[in-house]
Amino acid sequence: MNLQVDVQGNGKKSVVKLSGEVDVYTASVLKEKLNPIAQEAEQLIIIDLSDVHYIDSTGLGIFIGALKTADKSNSSLKIIGANSRVKRLFEITGLNEVIDINEDQREEV
Amino acid sequence: MEKTKLSLYQYYREMLKNYIKDKSELTLYSAQQFSKEMIEKDMSPEEMVSLHLSVLKELIKDLPQEVIDSYDLLLEIMIGYGLAHREHLSLRDRQRQLDSELTVAARMQKSLLPSKPITVDELDFGIVSVPAGKMSGDYYHYMEDDNGNIGVAVADVIGKGVPAAMSMSMIKYAMDSLPEQRLQPAGLLENLNRVVERNIDSDMFITMVYGTYDPKLHHFYYSSAGHEPGFVYRASQNKFENMDTKGLVLGVSSKVNYKEYVLELNPGDFIVLLSDGVTESRIDGEFIERYQITQLIKKYIHLPAQAMVEQVYRELEKIQDFKLKDDFTLLILRRNV
Repeated sequence: MNLQVDVQGNGKKSVVKLSGEVDVYTASVLKEKLNPIAQEAEQLIIIDLSDVHYIDSTGLGIFIGALKTADKSNSSLKIIGANSRVKRLFEITGLNEVIDINEDQREEV
Repeated sequence: MEKTKLSLYQYYREMLKNYIKDKSELTLYSAQQFSKEMIEKDMSPEEMVSLHLSVLKELIKDLPQEVIDSYDLLLEIMIGYGLAHREHLSLRDRQRQLDSELTVAARMQKSLLPSKPITVDELDFGIVSVPAGKMSGDYYHYMEDDNGNIGVAVADVIGKGVPAAMSMSMIKYAMDSLPEQRLQPAGLLENLNRVVERNIDSDMFITMVYGTYDPKLHHFYYSSAGHEPGFVYRASQNKFENMDTKGLVLGVSSKVNYKEYVLELNPGDFIVLLSDGVTESRIDGEFIERYQITQLIKKYIHLPAQAMVEQVYRELEKIQDFKLKDDFTLLILRRNV
């Protein structure tokens, strides 16, 4: 399984577009790209999941790690475009209470 | 048969002589046996080639210099093979060592889990918990407290294998260190969450459901930390309901308050708790639907709880070709009629 990570940013806002599966095999790829962004101060990080059909618990852990890092650097994390299965995962784990999961599909940089 | 260097040399010389003379299958067969013996004796490929050259020089008096020289090249190449072979041997030894360490660790891990079954007249209890590998990231717990209440828990550490297993023991020790008297489920999860949040990697987390059953009132109180929702079976309607669950996974934030739910059980009703190794079972590449799990449970509903969970496990294992992708835990707690 593959995961493609595209990052577009302009200073205070980054859109991270993911395509593929976020799972135990691809989690490290995502972590590598997401962590440096989350460490930057006062960022708005938007993660676009509209082309992600599956996330497993290891993948979910990467979002949690990014959320913690973003909190420390006064940045905020937002997720858009999650499909129903992915959204259910965020709901069951209660993460929808701590991460903003927006219904909007499109977010421009 | 112990062969000295000299007799080895003689043995090989005879073999080669015979082969050059008659090219028989039989000699080829003895060469095969010879190679097995040499491998056992740790003879390296380059030593073998050099033995061959010495014998060849003796057997064929006027061996052209070009042929002799060409062996330098072959020897050099065989040294590479020899190194790879020795590396393989040392890796094999290391793997055996790791395997035996894992076996010991897995046995230790098993000792963290309760071993005595619950024997309360009011309840019929069953549990099956099987790791995908040697060690499990699933944890379960049950115990009868001093007031006769039954506490049950299922927890699932993100990932599997050794890292998950290590976090799983943290849950066990944290639970042991909690005060003995009956803890309300929400309070218990809040306590555990603080321990986990302080001690776990930033991109790891644990999901857990904890409940207590009061056999006098037949009330089941429970709270969930982001755990896969269980089911409650209603005997009077022959129907399953989803258990309400809401609550953040353990280890994300230090300040979390968990909501407590209560279910009243009538005779024949039962609670099903599970880990996501059950719901993430795949049939022909597709994830199993929750209703398929309840259908499967219904199929064995006439059996005692322990037989029920075992049968459901066996069937899901078979559907997946006996290859579990994730640790699998299924627990049933039924009110006796």
